[in-house]
Amino acid sequence: MKWFLDLFSSSLGRKVLMALTGIFLILFLAVHLAGNLQLLKDDAGKSFNIYADFMGHNPLIQLVSKGNFAFILLHAIWGIMLTIKNRKARGPQGYANPNKSSVWASRNMGILGTLILIFLVIHLKDFYAQAHFGSLSTQVYEGKEVTDLYTQVAYWFNVEWYVSLYVICMAALGFHLWHGFASAFQTLGLNHMKYNPVINFVGKTFAVVVPIAFAIIPIFMYLGISF
Amino acid sequence: MKLESKIPEGPLAEKWTKHKFNLKLVNPANKRKYDVIVVGTGLAGASAAASLGELGYNVKAFCFQDSPRRAHSIAAQGGINAAKNYQNDGDSVYRLFYDTIKGGDYRAREANVYRLAEVSVDIIDQCVAQGVPFAREYGGLLANRSFGGAQVSRTFYARGQTGQQLLLGAYSALNRQIANGKVKMYNRTEMLDVVVVDGKARGIITRDLITGKIEAHSAHAVLLCTGGYGNVFYLSTNAKGSNVTAAWRAHKKGAFFGNPCFTQIHPTCIPVSGTHQSKLTLMSESLRNDGRVWVPKKAMPGLKSQEAMKLPESERDYFLERKYPSFGNLVPRDVASRNAKQVCDEGRGVGSGLAVFLDFTDAIKRDGEDTIRAKYGNLFDMYAQITGENPYKGPMMIYPAVHYTMGGLWVDYNLMTTVPGLYALGEANFSDHGANRLGASALMQGLADGYFVIPYTIGDYLATIGWNDKVGTDHPAFKEAMDGVNERVTKLLNIKGKKTVDEFHRELGHAMWEYCGMARNEEGLKKAKKIIQDLKAEFWTNVNVLGGASELNQELEKAGRVADFIELGELMVDDALNRSESCGGHFREESQTPEGEAMRKDDEFTYAAAWEYKGDNQQEALHKEELKFENVKLTQRSYK
Amino acid sequence: MKITLKVWRQKDTNSKGAFKTYQHDHVSPDMSFLEMIDVLNEELTHKGEEPIAFDHDCREGICGMCSLYINGRPHGPLQTTTCQLHMRSFTDGQTITVEPWRASAFPVVKDLVVDRTAFDRIQQAGGYINVNTGGVPDANVIPIAKKIADEAFDAATCIGCGACVAACKNASAMLFVSAKVSQFALLPQGQVERKERAEKMVAQMDAEGFGSCTNTYACEAECPKGIKVTNIARMNREYFTAMLSSYQIETKGGGD
Repeated sequence: MKWFLDLFSSSLGRKVLMALTGIFLILFLAVHLAGNLQLLKDDAGKSFNIYADFMGHNPLIQLVSKGNFAFILLHAIWGIMLTIKNRKARGPQGYANPNKSSVWASRNMGILGTLILIFLVIHLKDFYAQAHFGSLSTQVYEGKEVTDLYTQVAYWFNVEWYVSLYVICMAALGFHLWHGFASAFQTLGLNHMKYNPVINFVGKTFAVVVPIAFAIIPIFMYLGISF
Repeated sequence: MKLESKIPEGPLAEKWTKHKFNLKLVNPANKRKYDVIVVGTGLAGASAAASLGELGYNVKAFCFQDSPRRAHSIAAQGGINAAKNYQNDGDSVYRLFYDTIKGGDYRAREANVYRLAEVSVDIIDQCVAQGVPFAREYGGLLANRSFGGAQVSRTFYARGQTGQQLLLGAYSALNRQIANGKVKMYNRTEMLDVVVVDGKARGIITRDLITGKIEAHSAHAVLLCTGGYGNVFYLSTNAKGSNVTAAWRAHKKGAFFGNPCFTQIHPTCIPVSGTHQSKLTLMSESLRNDGRVWVPKKAMPGLKSQEAMKLPESERDYFLERKYPSFGNLVPRDVASRNAKQVCDEGRGVGSGLAVFLDFTDAIKRDGEDTIRAKYGNLFDMYAQITGENPYKGPMMIYPAVHYTMGGLWVDYNLMTTVPGLYALGEANFSDHGANRLGASALMQGLADGYFVIPYTIGDYLATIGWNDKVGTDHPAFKEAMDGVNERVTKLLNIKGKKTVDEFHRELGHAMWEYCGMARNEEGLKKAKKIIQDLKAEFWTNVNVLGGASELNQELEKAGRVADFIELGELMVDDALNRSESCGGHFREESQTPEGEAMRKDDEFTYAAAWEYKGDNQQEALHKEELKFENVKLTQRSYK
Repeated sequence: MKITLKVWRQKDTNSKGAFKTYQHDHVSPDMSFLEMIDVLNEELTHKGEEPIAFDHDCREGICGMCSLYINGRPHGPLQTTTCQLHMRSFTDGQTITVEPWRASAFPVVKDLVVDRTAFDRIQQAGGYINVNTGGVPDANVIPIAKKIADEAFDAATCIGCGACVAACKNASAMLFVSAKVSQFALLPQGQVERKERAEKMVAQMDAEGFGSCTNTYACEAECPKGIKVTNIARMNREYFTAMLSSYQIETKGGGD
């Protein structure tokens, strides 16, 4: 087993964990977004609540969800540890003029990640924890009683500072993805002249479209726009 | 003392084979009982240290740079010759031998040169096995090119960075032995003396360049692989750190210095831009394949390349094409260099006055800018970067610069100097290039010496003396040598004069370049001797070296090296004075044909000059090693 | 030209360093950056002030010894080595900050000189092919596709200057290490020890205390020889394949 520990304690192995968890979280984002977009449906939250209920009770989804939490934690803790270790590698004396030859987002993944982590805590406290352990009211659709998460969301998405925070954090997510998406492939060694353009295009598109789509939801709900 | 070249008997082609058989061998179990010191980690040093480590000897290797990979072999651009005849164009060991002897203007030993040509083929095999990425054809086999006017394509290359790739190959072999514990590497450590006891080299004294600590190292044999001394001219294409100190210290301890005046001057270098100039940059001479060399017919001081474009053809003098209609711009290095100097001396130099044009206008018109870019793009970029001028829009300016020194420590066929147990390899020795070196032969010689000659010849010496014939560093001779080194360091730091080390170095360089450079005459050489003697006296009373002895002190390092360069400079002048013939890179104005071409005096000078140190400020004694040519006929070079 | 130089001065590894400002009034645009310091050093010597220590050797961009961090960039504003940087890249009156490479694996020796022997130790860990001198096959017995040979060459062109480490916000040596791993992973000669080499070199790199790569690609942007980050991806692949499928190896000390 020593080799396994060696692998994941090596500088390359640490990065693999970041890449693998990162890619999983990217997939999660896509799924999460698909669900969230239902908030904009003009049905007083019906489809969203049914979807949320399904996600909250399907055993497979629940299993994946637990994994998701673990990955978020792993990604965050590992990221913080990496950042600390990397800071140390610079040595006791830093530069008077730090190097700026790379993309801003690439150099500031730690800060962006921390922002996202703070957002996640708030986000989970107000939505996930409320849905699972809180005392939200319920709604009955086609004879089935489900938690009315929609109202909770709609409440917060009418609070100005909350919407602003949400939008700012989605910007951070966008920058985080701008670097993270292609970076994960590079770390896994998936860098090839033939496929790099595809990875880069998908990555950059994802980094722009997904956070914007996420951010649009609170903005539209705040403005009362639905479809 | 009589010079013994130890050239084996027998037909040329069998000498090395027979000699290898006759050399004594060291029992494999006994090899670990022998210590060998290797100074310098360029092609010769790294390959020797690695090969000796592989054989089982305990090797200590030293370099003054921060890593063995920095040695100046790394800067060689063109390529490495080998008589592989992969191109089926008629090459052979004999042809490479012949070209090298002829190129050296018949001032090298036949036997050495033949051996060099013979092992050249093994070098390529060795380097490829190490993973050196030589250029290849589409079929996957090795590519060759013709280089330096050779009639066959025998040059192997790795883009314009052949020296780098070969050195990194040797460095990797060295690293492997360091990892195996067979080589102990001392970075940033400079050799400052050789210790000789009972007439044999027993070790060296070094200075740790970071702590300033003076240390003694003993061994059964010492290999000097410390490169050439082109920096005696201050400005040369050598690295700033390249120096003669190790060789010069050995010379003072009894190693004869061979043909010190033989220096090679490369015609296509970027001209000096001002007094701040610290070194010169060479551009591959392949540029002369398409570039035309010219100056204005009438002196036009300060002519710039933009204005030159407007000068009508009738007012230009394409002097190489005019004087050498059959070879034109492709005349050998020394001829091209000398002619450039001549037109500049006439006042027709361009730019600063010390430059001639190398014009690609016709080539660009003929082949298009893209073709020229594909051929020479990296060189043009280099030129643009250094000069700030666009060579596609106007002619380049070039001027000759010191590039290589064929002279060096005199060695016998076994590469041993006149001090038993002390060897010299690569550019540090004088052996294989005679009075002029062919393009792409320096890399070949460095690696031949290190990989394929010394591993055999050193065994003979070691087996002869036996492993218990070793002197420890507790011997008084080591103490004495250490005291000497310490004393010299202290002396340099205590002069506290008014001139910087570089000021002395520039003065020396100026005198050498002016009087012992591309063309030499008795009057100038005598003048130079006086200048150098005065400079030496002034140096030891007026140099200013700041800082301490027990720390990284780059001025102190330089001071020690320049002090040695000054002494070497005088010997070079002596040698040039003595050799009143013109041969190879050495052009004595007194010895030329009516057309102004170099003229050898074979009846008087068919020998290698080996100089013996006789004490401080004493005239050195000349020994002559007669050169016997049994296989080639001596002819005068002609490029008309 | 006149310039103001802010130069890091530090007596030795254990001393504390600080910036010192010099007014330099005799600068020609044709000087290389190193020549500019040469001239300053001569002036300092005449004034009785110890000259600035800095590493340099070939001054033609190939030995990899020069190593100045100029205005926030290793080797300054151009993608070359410092010795090939000329003062015409700066403007009259400009203030130029010169620092040594900063990395815990590259301790400062004096002023602008740092200790890069960590790089040597990484190469010693596996940056070679185990062949003795002699006894090797004829060079043309091993055909290598031109494209592969060219790509291996591109990696092999690394000069080991350490600009990648200096530029990287994590002081990571991945570009340097991956260049050698790539060269041998591509060439047929390197296949025999391919896995072991990747493992050993990475282990030594970590032991020296370099940081992890976070794919900012500052190294590629600053590398004077244009070494590509595709090499890093290749090394990642090589390393993971090796770790998942080879035998255990031992690491050697040094650094950290």
